[in-house]
Amino acid sequence: MQSTLALDIAHLLAGGLVLVSFMMLYQDRLFALLNMFALHALVLAASVAWQAYIQGAEHLYVTAAIALLFKAIIIPVALHRMIVRLGVHRDIETAIGVGQTMVAGMGLVALSMALMFNVTSEADPLVREDLAFSLSVVLLGLLVMVTRRNAVSQIVGFMSLENGLVLAATGAKGMPLVVEISVAFSVLVAFIVIGAFLFRIRERFDSVDVGALDEFRGDRR
Amino acid sequence: MNEAALQLMCVAAFLALAAASLAAGRRPHASAPLYLANAAIAATAFAVSVAALIGGRGPVLFDLPIGIPWIGAHFRADALSYFFLAVINFGAVAASLFAVGYGRQEREPHRILPFYPAFLAAMNLVLLADDAFTFLLSWEFMSLASFALVLAHHHDPENRRAAYVYLTMASFGTLALLFVFGLLAGPSGGYLFADIRSREFEAGLGGAVILLALLGAGSKAGLAPVHVWLPLAHPAAPSHVSALMSGVMTKVAVYAFIRIAFDLVGVSDWSIAAPVMLIGGATAVLGILHALMERDIKRLLAYSTIENIGVIFAMLGFAMAFQANGMATPAALAFVAALFHVANHSIFKGLLFFSAGSMLNATGVRDIEQMGGLIHRMRKLAPLFLIGCVAISALPPLNGFASEWLAFQAVLQSPELPQLGLKILAPMIGALLALAAALAAACFVRLYGVAFLGRPRGASAVEARDPDGWSLGAIAMMAALCVLFGLFPGVVVDAVAPVATLALGAPLAPQSGNQWLSIIPIDAAQSSYNPLLLFAFIAFSAILAAFVSRLSASHAYRRSPAWGCGFEPTGPQTQYSGASFSQPIRNTLGRIAFDAAESVDMPSPGDQRPATMKVRVRDLVWDAIYGRIATVINAISEKLNGLQFLTIRRYLSLVFATLVLLLLGLAAWS
Amino acid sequence: MVLTTQLMFQAFQMLLVLALAPLLTGVVRKVKARLTRRRGASIFQPYRDLFRLMRKEAVIADNASWIFRSAPYLIFAATWVAAALTPTFRTGLMFSWSADLIVIVALLGSARFILALAGMDVGTAFGGIGSSREMMIAAFAEPAMLLAVFTVALVAGSTELSSIAAFMTSDAVGLRVSLALALFALIMVAIAENARIPVDNPATHLELTMVHEAMVLEYSGRHLAMIEFASFLKLLLYASMIGAVFAPWGLAEDGAGVARNALGVMVYLGKLLGAAILLALFETATAKMRVFRVPDFLGAALMLGFLGALLLFAGGRF
Repeated sequence: MQSTLALDIAHLLAGGLVLVSFMMLYQDRLFALLNMFALHALVLAASVAWQAYIQGAEHLYVTAAIALLFKAIIIPVALHRMIVRLGVHRDIETAIGVGQTMVAGMGLVALSMALMFNVTSEADPLVREDLAFSLSVVLLGLLVMVTRRNAVSQIVGFMSLENGLVLAATGAKGMPLVVEISVAFSVLVAFIVIGAFLFRIRERFDSVDVGALDEFRGDRR
Repeated sequence: MNEAALQLMCVAAFLALAAASLAAGRRPHASAPLYLANAAIAATAFAVSVAALIGGRGPVLFDLPIGIPWIGAHFRADALSYFFLAVINFGAVAASLFAVGYGRQEREPHRILPFYPAFLAAMNLVLLADDAFTFLLSWEFMSLASFALVLAHHHDPENRRAAYVYLTMASFGTLALLFVFGLLAGPSGGYLFADIRSREFEAGLGGAVILLALLGAGSKAGLAPVHVWLPLAHPAAPSHVSALMSGVMTKVAVYAFIRIAFDLVGVSDWSIAAPVMLIGGATAVLGILHALMERDIKRLLAYSTIENIGVIFAMLGFAMAFQANGMATPAALAFVAALFHVANHSIFKGLLFFSAGSMLNATGVRDIEQMGGLIHRMRKLAPLFLIGCVAISALPPLNGFASEWLAFQAVLQSPELPQLGLKILAPMIGALLALAAALAAACFVRLYGVAFLGRPRGASAVEARDPDGWSLGAIAMMAALCVLFGLFPGVVVDAVAPVATLALGAPLAPQSGNQWLSIIPIDAAQSSYNPLLLFAFIAFSAILAAFVSRLSASHAYRRSPAWGCGFEPTGPQTQYSGASFSQPIRNTLGRIAFDAAESVDMPSPGDQRPATMKVRVRDLVWDAIYGRIATVINAISEKLNGLQFLTIRRYLSLVFATLVLLLLGLAAWS
Repeated sequence: MVLTTQLMFQAFQMLLVLALAPLLTGVVRKVKARLTRRRGASIFQPYRDLFRLMRKEAVIADNASWIFRSAPYLIFAATWVAAALTPTFRTGLMFSWSADLIVIVALLGSARFILALAGMDVGTAFGGIGSSREMMIAAFAEPAMLLAVFTVALVAGSTELSSIAAFMTSDAVGLRVSLALALFALIMVAIAENARIPVDNPATHLELTMVHEAMVLEYSGRHLAMIEFASFLKLLLYASMIGAVFAPWGLAEDGAGVARNALGVMVYLGKLLGAAILLALFETATAKMRVFRVPDFLGAALMLGFLGALLLFAGGRF
């Protein structure tokens, strides 16, 4: 039943997720970043749904629906409004130049390829490649978090990281629904906590630049 | 009398000529006949080596009972040395012919004439040497002769500094090669190349030897980060010597690396290929970026040499990677690409340096920002220089592209490599090579555009005239070869086939039988390239277009002042300068490579002071390595300086302490 | 007999690209105008422009040299030859083996080299600004292009466009991540190389933003016509190249009959129309970027190309 075409499409979607992660690295405006994130979630939802179809696993449709509903619609919309309320929508972040970030991202993808090909050498090649893609997405999400100063884009980076985990889970045909739902909810809780926290930061420091927090650490006077 | 002996006779003739020049060099009008004699000897050596290369002559030996008494001096000529002998002696012929005319302007010919044939002799000797002693001796001889030539114009403090840096780096390189041969000879001390070849090297030792050879030969060739002397020393010498040093002496270093890595040690370990590829690729990009920032034409060309050496070493790295994995055809492809580029670079770099010398003579300046509009004044040089610029920018249908194309075909074979690391590295190096080629195009558009096009930027450029016939003849000869090698790459590929057989054990498929003289490295279905047909097509189309527009279009034209978007005609100072041309690249890639930064001081309206813009460009390699070394050495010498001012008793106690330490050491040892 | 047919097809293709190139640009302009609710000029306006320019007297700046006067013909010839060797309606043209994908890219590089020189020839500030920026863009575009070419060549096992197109129509291809990445990279490079929005605006003479126009500022009359024609041809070339590699359906094979070839021409026209509409849509939807944003844009293309090549080099079925 698994024709090469079906697998090719699964692959294409997973590769598309890496591509969108790169596009997130490339954005320097918050709204554009959010749009990219919504696209990221959309591709993830499509990828998971496709996996559900070719694996014949209905519970994955639920995961896809969660991804679509929460990550592609609710969270971006909420973040959008949050940015407007915080008044940071015109901020341009240049923690590290785009070029250097892209090169670093490239290196991370190469690293995850090398790692996955060496560690899981006896596994099915398709699974290996899927895992390499997911690891890339996770690492790129971390890179987004590291290279951004703004707390909102750090949230976005975290979310895209989590998307990578979901991709790994669906490709590996192993993760039960309960775990997925709990992961999704924990992310949602994290989102709410961070969101609430953001407003606290802003009230206290008048900025959402996380650099401002450093100055209030006890050890730096 | 075999080829090796014939070549050695040419060396002897060079040395005799050096002695004669020492005697006759101060006489007026001595330089032209002496250079002609150089050209004649070099032409003989060239003819012998080309005949041997084409004729597929095997290795021939020749021993001389000179040198270290019980060893003697051993010489050998094989396909590898024939190829490099041909390259070097051809460069020497061209440089000598150029110098017949160019040398007349020389104020102190006696500082050049004796060393010039000695330099040529030394380079020939390195290629013929068949034992470690002879090799190192010739190598040092080559360094010293070129050092003397760099110091020819010693009144300029810049040149003295260049010569000093060169000598230091040359000693460092020789030291590295000394270790190479020490390791190669092993405890048994077989210093003959034949003995070394018969030894088996375990992977670790072989790798260490190749890396040391990369360091030693690379420092002569100009690989980053041991390239720093090259942009100083090459421009300091007179232009025909610059051409030899840049176009030819660097190739001797390439020869040394090939001889040691491919012939003496043999490539069996893939991991050693990775650093060679990486250093080659990085050198190519760094060199051409430096060239883009440069405004001194000879330094610009010297930096471009670094780029080309990088390309050659990157290809050698690919050849090593393929060879270590037993992939014969791709290895031969990469190796042939490297050798082809060796020949090409010696041709167009000679052309460009000769032209630079002529431009320097005509305008009196080396700064391209003082030139401009030379196309109207040096009418014969302009098209020849353009050929050189197109060729070195790796653009079809000239020769630079032919070797670049082969290189890319070799890169495309690398997914077959079994090692993941090499697979990831290969496309990266391919991208670096493409980047270097594109930057080279930018660099030479800038050079040609600023020096030859536009309006004169300085007073000196207005009076420029074409060089003499000898110089133009030498330049035209090089330009013709750029075109010929570009249109008939198959001939070169076939000519170097014996070299590939010698170094790798397998040549590339012969190209002479291909339809319409195209080159097909692997398989016709995979890739082919036919520059001749392409050139014919372009010429046909261009003539057709011109003809049709002549028939149908109005061929009236009118000369008028430049429009310039409606601005009033302004002075030549408003033209785009070289610095502004490279500004976009300086602000993008330069930020990474040179930590480049601009600061603009714009006075507020009403303020009378002029606006200024400052550009900072740092040589990070120099700062990070050489600057540190210099600081450390200075600090140590500061400390040691105290030793000069001790009392007698302290000195005595130092001597005593040393003695006791030595005795203790002896006691511990035995 | 076979030889004459082949020669005829080759000649037909040379004339076909020549005939279609202005039309493609005309269609792009028309669609763009319609998208911005203007009526726009006729799709045949580029032909009229060319004829008008040909009839006009050429004005040559005082300082211009022979490079300035011969450059238009050389640029036109190099671009024309490159376009004639790219498969349009059929594969396996008589001379297609004389240049593979790398050579075609390099031929365009030669044309650009000459154009940049011509820009510097007159000795005004504008020509220099254009040449300098063009070479900067090329420096970033060329590695990206090459990596995309590598990706395609590795999948197809050849750098010959005809073999690539033949491979791409076979069943062995499937959907591949690396090809998708290469397609993205190639489109981005094509946008930059053809001086389209967001890299350059072909319809502007605003000095701070122009690149291509700044180089050709001093040209007029028949010389300008040649250069304009060359840029039309270049757009056509990229459209046919991307079409031949990524949408090779409908290409007539070597040795096919006249009817099959006619079908190939029809399909090719359809592809061009599609490309024109997509390009116009994209150009209308995006804004021109600052010049110093271009390296980021092309850097992204480079990264995509590299990612594609990396996936293939690393092995596996990507």
